[in-house]
Amino acid sequence: MTTETSDMQAMRARLASARGKEYWRCLEELADSEAFAQMLREEHPRQASALAESVDRRTFIKLMGASLALAGLSGCLSPAPAPTDEKIVPYVKQPEELIPGKPLYFASAMPLAGYGRGIIVESHMGRPTKIEGNPSHPASLGATDVFMQASILDLYDPDRAHVLNDAGRIATWDGFLASISGELAYQRLNEAPGPAILTETVTSPTLSYQLQQLLEKFPKSRWYQYDPAARDAARVGARSAFGAPVDTMYRFDRAEVILSLDSDFLFFGPAALRYARDFSDKRRVAGRDSTMNRLYVIESTPTVTGSMADHRWALAPRAVVAFAKAVAKGLGVSDGGAGPAAGVDERAVNAIVGDLQSRRGRGIVIAGDHQPPAVHALAHAMNQTLGNSGSTVIYIEPVEAQPVDHGQSIRELAAAMEAGAVQTLIILGGNPVYTAPADVKFGELLARTSLTIHLSPYENETAALCRWRVPEAHYLESWSDVRAFDGTASIIQPLIAPLYGGRTVHELLAALLGEPARTGYEIVRGFWQQQSKARGDFEQFWRAALHDGVVPDSAARVRQGAPAQGRAASAGAPDTEAAKTNSEAAAGSASLEVLFRPDPSILDGRFANNGWLQELPKPFTKITWDNVILLSPRTAERLGIGRRIATTGGERGNIYAEVVELEVNGRRARGPAWILPGQADDCVTVHLGYGRARAGRVGTRLGFDANAIRTAGALWQAGGATVRTTGEEYAVACTQFHQVMEGRDLIRAGTLEQYRRDPEFLSGKEEDEHAGSLYPGFKYEGNAWGMSIDLNACIGCNACVVACVAENNIAVIGKKEVMRGREMHWLRIDRYYKGARDNPEFYQQPVPCMQCENAPCELVCPVHATTHSEDGLNDMTYNRCVGTRYCSNNCPYKVRRFNFFQYQDFTTPSLKLMRNPDVTVRSLGVMEKCTYCVQRIRHAQIEARKENRAIADGKIVTACEQACPAQAIVFGDINDPNSRVSKLKNGPLNYGLLAELNTKPRTTYLARLKNPNPELEKELPRG
Amino acid sequence: MAQIFHRSTNTISRVSIFGGLALVIALTLLVAGLYRSAYVSEIGVARAQPVPFSHKHHVADDGIDCRYCHTSVETSSFAGIPSTKICMNCHTQIWPDSPALAPVRESFRTGQSIQWTRVHNLPGFVYFDHSIHVNKGVGCSTCHGRVDQMPLTWRVNTLYMDWCLECHRAPEQFVRPREQVFNMEYEPPENQLALGQKLILQYDIRPLTGCSTCHR
Repeated sequence: MTTETSDMQAMRARLASARGKEYWRCLEELADSEAFAQMLREEHPRQASALAESVDRRTFIKLMGASLALAGLSGCLSPAPAPTDEKIVPYVKQPEELIPGKPLYFASAMPLAGYGRGIIVESHMGRPTKIEGNPSHPASLGATDVFMQASILDLYDPDRAHVLNDAGRIATWDGFLASISGELAYQRLNEAPGPAILTETVTSPTLSYQLQQLLEKFPKSRWYQYDPAARDAARVGARSAFGAPVDTMYRFDRAEVILSLDSDFLFFGPAALRYARDFSDKRRVAGRDSTMNRLYVIESTPTVTGSMADHRWALAPRAVVAFAKAVAKGLGVSDGGAGPAAGVDERAVNAIVGDLQSRRGRGIVIAGDHQPPAVHALAHAMNQTLGNSGSTVIYIEPVEAQPVDHGQSIRELAAAMEAGAVQTLIILGGNPVYTAPADVKFGELLARTSLTIHLSPYENETAALCRWRVPEAHYLESWSDVRAFDGTASIIQPLIAPLYGGRTVHELLAALLGEPARTGYEIVRGFWQQQSKARGDFEQFWRAALHDGVVPDSAARVRQGAPAQGRAASAGAPDTEAAKTNSEAAAGSASLEVLFRPDPSILDGRFANNGWLQELPKPFTKITWDNVILLSPRTAERLGIGRRIATTGGERGNIYAEVVELEVNGRRARGPAWILPGQADDCVTVHLGYGRARAGRVGTRLGFDANAIRTAGALWQAGGATVRTTGEEYAVACTQFHQVMEGRDLIRAGTLEQYRRDPEFLSGKEEDEHAGSLYPGFKYEGNAWGMSIDLNACIGCNACVVACVAENNIAVIGKKEVMRGREMHWLRIDRYYKGARDNPEFYQQPVPCMQCENAPCELVCPVHATTHSEDGLNDMTYNRCVGTRYCSNNCPYKVRRFNFFQYQDFTTPSLKLMRNPDVTVRSLGVMEKCTYCVQRIRHAQIEARKENRAIADGKIVTACEQACPAQAIVFGDINDPNSRVSKLKNGPLNYGLLAELNTKPRTTYLARLKNPNPELEKELPRG
Repeated sequence: MAQIFHRSTNTISRVSIFGGLALVIALTLLVAGLYRSAYVSEIGVARAQPVPFSHKHHVADDGIDCRYCHTSVETSSFAGIPSTKICMNCHTQIWPDSPALAPVRESFRTGQSIQWTRVHNLPGFVYFDHSIHVNKGVGCSTCHGRVDQMPLTWRVNTLYMDWCLECHRAPEQFVRPREQVFNMEYEPPENQLALGQKLILQYDIRPLTGCSTCHR
């Protein structure tokens, strides 16, 4: 066992002395740490350590002989022995449109935090198995994000609530209705306060209508809303600028200069997929006269959006506010306050101001959801001054049914409960006991409330304190409707009957309204029928809306005109939160600011029980299964917090982080500290969603609960925090240290300027030197599949990774196995840093199998389990594999994955329904890998060959390509010179990963280009 | 000095060496033989079914086309097992009271499917597609045999991979004109190889032997 404490001081000294690599992956590599080098050397660490001592010939032969003998044995394991008397169970009456063996596709929409994204669901014989984006839906345009992809696993989650529960006893729906209606009738007669209702964000027109009806029926009822990731600040900011609730929509397809004030618009929020598409479309280059947009990002903690920035500044929250004010002042919007703008880079401000002013009406200033309302109001005013309003920034009528301040709303509810004014509380979705701010003490109040009803898909923390627990149907089991960020409505249609007898929110409300017999279908259809009386033929409208996945002409009305109060609004905008932060920060210079952010994988904890998302390496940190306390390198150094890398028995990826205690205003949380380059100094970031007490068998008791230190007054940032080391250690499963590619030229990047001067400036000629091989080459007479990945478009959002998991039945292996470096993802996203330690540039690179034409893996397989196909794929035949792992050893890209244990769950019945029937479910002892979704290729080939026609370009779409919101991945036939992929591969930016090894990879990359502001570039040292 | 080994040791060692070798070979042959025997491959073993359905009667006597019941054979990977409704299309009129058909009527009444026993079963890691074979001139009887002569259905081929490859490597031996695909009585002509070559060009048959053709 070797351990080493990477002492930050020593590392810093070493950093200063060594020139350092241009691209680096983590701090340890940058400093050439000895322990890190050790880990790199150990490819298969366990065996390597066994052979580390000198081995005599006899032992060697003994070992090899034993492994050969045992290798044959493992081949005897049949993955799933076919029963000799397997039954075929045909339909009694086969549905008309269903052809056994062929999937059907249905349009629907996925509601997330209240807003909808259009989806197309693949259904095999009545089982939904895969979710794709709906190209005709404005919030999706055919793309998906990690949550949409992973929601299919939520549907089949065996831990979902199975029964209706009355204070611990199983109850029936009828029993529930009888009890509830009696209670409500009593309350109505006695003019009691009436039920209080707590929902998350509501955009559903049907639900909104039902809630209004309920409020009419019980006039003393109140409707409260609380969404832990609600966009209150944006709402308040817009209200203060306009005097009325307004939603803001951004047209990134028209924007040439973008200033993001801590906004992660490419990853978070209801419009992220749309924004990512529009943004990356403006970054594609084709020829010397191409243009690109320019993105300035000011942020406190690294985000997906920040990694795409042409210029990025990591600033503590209060400095972000100061920066925003300085830019506003430069643009002549406000006086920027009386105080001097300390710590603001004047040159940067001037450059941004100049850039924004030179492109009036073609710029965007966007404020982050977590910024105080004042910054939002400033952004509105800046957009107004620049003439962006109406051209790149569109204001629309609010999409939400009732826009309220959620932080305010939950406090009002708590006050009412405290005062005993709430006798009946109906919680429709959500998990407020866990997510509500700590000072609200929602759990205590809930336990005191006499009648509580909780509609939820899970028996979570809130359910545990409620009397009636009604299992909620998953959205793939429900009739409902939802609106997208731009107001476009979609009908949600069920793909399967509720697996566990769940009820939709509409059915529950209908029952409360005295119509218990109405089904979800009748309620939703009835609402739209009533809405569309003027529309003419309802049946036609209804069928079209269901088929297309969007209700035509339902987008929110664009609000004409400017912010009502213009500049005055921004000058007099409520500045309380920022002021408070400032004053608190001033109180103690040693104190830190804490940022609360939804977790990039599990958000506020609603996906805590989703194994796919838990095992997904988070952007930048590449941590799985945990949340950590993020610190900048300099802050960690100041606080004396280090990090140890331990290679215990070869268990790589096993990072021991120091446990620290974070204290904010007397509230404490303990978690592992993590040093992240690009984090702003003097602020720490914690992610919500972990530390769940009742999430399910996957998500319970992972990480620490950041809600414990979160208060209603400071939902997103709090000042006055202190960090104390505890001397304890915590093992974090992190894929950051895996599969390091030895500092080769894996990422190629340059600037638009360089590209214009010489488009070929990044293309390497070294590949040609090694042409030729001892082996006879292959001839590809038919198709030859290839892939091109545009690093200039890729935002690193992970959607492709989860899409691959969903399409290819990839197993979840758990934290322990990830710590051993055995994660099964066929597609990973590598991230690299470049430049200064404290504010590096980020680069992300998706790495699937390269499908080499000279594949090193194929040559070493002793049983021909991996072979070359006619069209150039490196086929992997699972049933032939005996598990020698030679192929993985010989793969320079480390994209092969081995089933060290029985990772697949063959026993849980619900998970059997979920699997893609077109892909073998792999068993113990088998190697697996990306095959460009060969099942989709073969299917398309069969369909084309039946009709004796060629496969049209774009007809085969791999799962990763289909999911990508930025359209960074293009798949096609490289034998066809007119295919998209051929054209991209012939472009000047094309390069192959490790092509100097003469592997002839079929997957190639397009180099990344940045578009820096020449004014800021001038004096900066290059390289 | 006395010899350590008795003279008979020579014999014993010879017998054990050659005998051992022979035993290994015999065992291998036995396993191989067993593997190809009807005991394992189920060739010629008629499977009991919940309804004693006779292809012989329906195909040969009644002249019903394969596709009347196996509806998706030309379009999908799965040929399709007829729904109870398809049976009842005729059997509400013909033999409506036959005791043998009681399970069919029961199924139609209760909505519970009939559970047929699979005769042609491939392992889970094999992805066979009926539609492409039928469209490229592989006749039903080429793989399934003379179903029209089977009172109960059995397997006539092993469905092992070497059997698949026999055709995938040299399809000219087996392909027939498309219009003859569903003809149970089709006999390959004298000039099968010449016809096969012609059909390969005509139908653009490209038999694939890459692993991912069937294994994914």
